[in-house]
Amino acid sequence: MRIEVAGEPRDIEKGATILDLIKLEGVETPEYVTVSVNGDFIPKDELEKELSEGDSVEFLYFMGGGM
Amino acid sequence: MAFTNDQLERYSRQIILKEIGAKGQKKLLNAKVLIIGAGGLGAPAALYLAAAGVGTIGIVDDDVVDLSNLQRQVIHTTPDVGKPKAESAKETMEAINPEIKVNAIRAFVDSKNILELIAPYDFIIDGTDNFAAKFLINDACVIAGKAFSHAGIIRFKGQLMTYVPGQGPCYRCAFREPPPPGAVPTCREAGVIGAMGGIIGSLQGLEAVKFIAGAGDLLVGSLLTFDALKMEFRKVKLKARPDCQVCSDKPTILEPFDYAPAVCELKP
Repeated sequence: MRIEVAGEPRDIEKGATILDLIKLEGVETPEYVTVSVNGDFIPKDELEKELSEGDSVEFLYFMGGGM
Repeated sequence: MAFTNDQLERYSRQIILKEIGAKGQKKLLNAKVLIIGAGGLGAPAALYLAAAGVGTIGIVDDDVVDLSNLQRQVIHTTPDVGKPKAESAKETMEAINPEIKVNAIRAFVDSKNILELIAPYDFIIDGTDNFAAKFLINDACVIAGKAFSHAGIIRFKGQLMTYVPGQGPCYRCAFREPPPPGAVPTCREAGVIGAMGGIIGSLQGLEAVKFIAGAGDLLVGSLLTFDALKMEFRKVKLKARPDCQVCSDKPTILEPFDYAPAVCELKP
């Protein structure tokens, strides 16, 4: 099925969870990534939720620098 | 208040912009902006806000200028090494624009002083380098009802967002809690390209000017990310989280508090 990750189309297996996608995408520091699906932030304990056709996923990363 | 001839000349390039105009310039001259951190992000923000004629600029920093700062903290020069950063920043800003008032504040910002520090200002710029400070600034600004610009940079990446009271999500809506110290690399450990502070800090200054002048759309409800290696900007929509600990209807954080000191504050 087709979803969008950071605005780019991705074909993933039906039934894939958000956690599967995190692994698939090789997300850096996966324990600390913020995930939004269709604009809603997903709590850590809901990452096992299955994705649906057409979902738009964003990964937000901590950036702590500035000085 | 009428403009002097010098003011008309100094600010002519932005007074002719219809989004700024004479009205916007007056607002800038009457505005007060606080910059927390006179470093990679704070330096360009401070330079452009001083140049734009923001009437009162506060700049807070506890640190002194170090040789390793000069690669990116463009408000300080080599003879400033060893000087308090707030003072060094003030000197440069006043040299650019002697008609503005600069409050150099040499202090470490924490939960005890932050509300007092931000109180006199209309807009706050977070130019800090650690999560404890970033969450503290977010919480204090939400609690005090202050608009602010959040930003972070690392390696070849940067991001920023703007919070305006009552209008949209805060930093905590997206990021909830700071990562444990050491879990996410800091600039000291991971490095940062100097111009990244220039780009993201300038954007923070731009958001302050737009907020004050009422020009265009702010980064409210979106996080702008920049990847310099791909030369790509992206705007990610952010929604306020209904259970946000600080900005929702039922907040659990009612006053600012301090997280444990961040790893990046330790000298290597």
